[in-house]
Amino acid sequence: MAANDFDIHYVADLARLQLTPEEEQRLGSQLGNILGYVEQLRTVDVSGVEPTSHAFPLVNVTRPDVARPGIPQEEALQNAPLKSNGLFIVPKIVE
Amino acid sequence: MLHRLTVSELVDQLGRRQVSAREALESCLGQIGRIDGQLKAFLSHDPADAMAQADAADRDLAAGVTHAEKPLLGVPIALKDVLCHRGQPLNCGSKILGNFISPYNATVVEKLQAAGAVVFGRLNMDEFAMGSSTENSAFFTTRNPWDITRIPGGSSGGSAAAVAANEAFATLGSDTGGSIRQPAALCGCVGLKPTYGRVSRYGLVAFASSLDQIGPFTKSTRDAALITRTISGHDPRDSTSLNEPVPDYLAGLNGDLRGLRLGLAKEFMVGGLDPEVRDAVDAAVKKLQELGATIEEVSLPHSEHAVATYYIIATAEASANLARFDGVRYGARVAGADPTEMYERTRGAGFGAEVKRRIILGTYVLSSGYYDAYYLRAQKVRTLIRQDFLEAFKKVDAIVSPTTPTAAFKLGEKTQDPLQMYLSDIFTISCNLAGISGLSLPCGFTREPKLPIGLQLLGQPLGESTLFRIAHAYEQATPWHRDVAPLG
Repeated sequence: MAANDFDIHYVADLARLQLTPEEEQRLGSQLGNILGYVEQLRTVDVSGVEPTSHAFPLVNVTRPDVARPGIPQEEALQNAPLKSNGLFIVPKIVE
Repeated sequence: MLHRLTVSELVDQLGRRQVSAREALESCLGQIGRIDGQLKAFLSHDPADAMAQADAADRDLAAGVTHAEKPLLGVPIALKDVLCHRGQPLNCGSKILGNFISPYNATVVEKLQAAGAVVFGRLNMDEFAMGSSTENSAFFTTRNPWDITRIPGGSSGGSAAAVAANEAFATLGSDTGGSIRQPAALCGCVGLKPTYGRVSRYGLVAFASSLDQIGPFTKSTRDAALITRTISGHDPRDSTSLNEPVPDYLAGLNGDLRGLRLGLAKEFMVGGLDPEVRDAVDAAVKKLQELGATIEEVSLPHSEHAVATYYIIATAEASANLARFDGVRYGARVAGADPTEMYERTRGAGFGAEVKRRIILGTYVLSSGYYDAYYLRAQKVRTLIRQDFLEAFKKVDAIVSPTTPTAAFKLGEKTQDPLQMYLSDIFTISCNLAGISGLSLPCGFTREPKLPIGLQLLGQPLGESTLFRIAHAYEQATPWHRDVAPLG
């Protein structure tokens, strides 16, 4: 755990999140404080402790394999920022 | 003063045909018209749609449908802006959803409507439920109905303020680390975070999927029991929903606490606790003893690490859940030369400061080289926090604590220091990590200014019946819930 090597530019890139230089500066120092605070977890003895991802882990939750109506195409597209011919329009992905 | 009735009182009058569903809704709309300019609990509401539902309820009542068949027939109930209501806007207090209209209903909305409720309104919240004051809403800040210079709590601040100010007979909110119980305490109403999996999350916009639960805000414990009974139950559309029968939560409300064992967590009554809050909670504990409960000290030694654990787990899950807001299928979009640039610009322009802070933190703790040190370690501490509670519940039926360390703070007081804001959730957060049930109810007021104080009851997994029984008995023996806020 080393908060001092926190590279906000790199992490923002991973998160696909554009930040202004001011935001990088402000968030960087605030996150330094928060990471400093969570350092306390290093003092907890967790040897032999299993991680909890859900308080009540349910496994193999299935339903009968029966076709059900999905959301109609028109409704699925009703909130699209850009659409055409029943499709979502996005910038070109493959050259 | 129709708008000041509890749900149970309104149901009684509707059943006797003393009032109509239309009149009940009009009383809410009238109150919204009078005070919401100051309170700002509602982002929007659709009076025509609500009136059509109320008229349908009146037709049912005229045709002889009873509240035994539809327990909430004709009762106006408003929603936090994080729950899908078909044909209505949904923004999660954020700009990034643009002009989003829900294409379907959340399961809780279906269940309320099946029970006859008039479901209306979009209640303000911290953006994507991230915050403790509603100051992170991208639209405006909701005020506390007891003092409009103070925050209502958060993230479900609109839901709490609307009930405390009698703009709705009840509301729904969501609770990831205290977002129902904390604002309920600060606004002086009853709020329940059900056991994880008790209420379906289908149609709830996800913040931290392993912690989120939907629950009610009400003016009385009886109302909270009634609404929880309505919205609980297994849902095949939520794979984390528990397939357990829903008890009749109203059945055990008999005012008797004899034989009940209550725990006082010694770790919860220390540093940072406001003296007036401490006095109110001490007095509440004495009252619970008078009502027949026995009190013993319990220990939750890992609770001191709950806030740190929470801000790793919740932000990690949030960074994954909020990846879907990319400008492709819905919401606002900022154009870019390629998809990556479009995502980055859209998210940079659409998310507010707190959401960005948490996405960055969550991305970092999940990133290569840091996962084990932060995320995996936090999940292990979560196990220890949960074990503390399960161990305590071998000795006691419920745990009593303050809901918050102080009463409502001033607008702007904590906005510059995110860590201080996070620490205002110190008593509520471990409940979500452990997946147990938790309820807040009024237990007094500070003197000057007069602000509500909340008592938190933490119960076993699926222990909601016990929480309602304790809260109801306490409520019957104390006057706090009858006080009306200046804006009420």
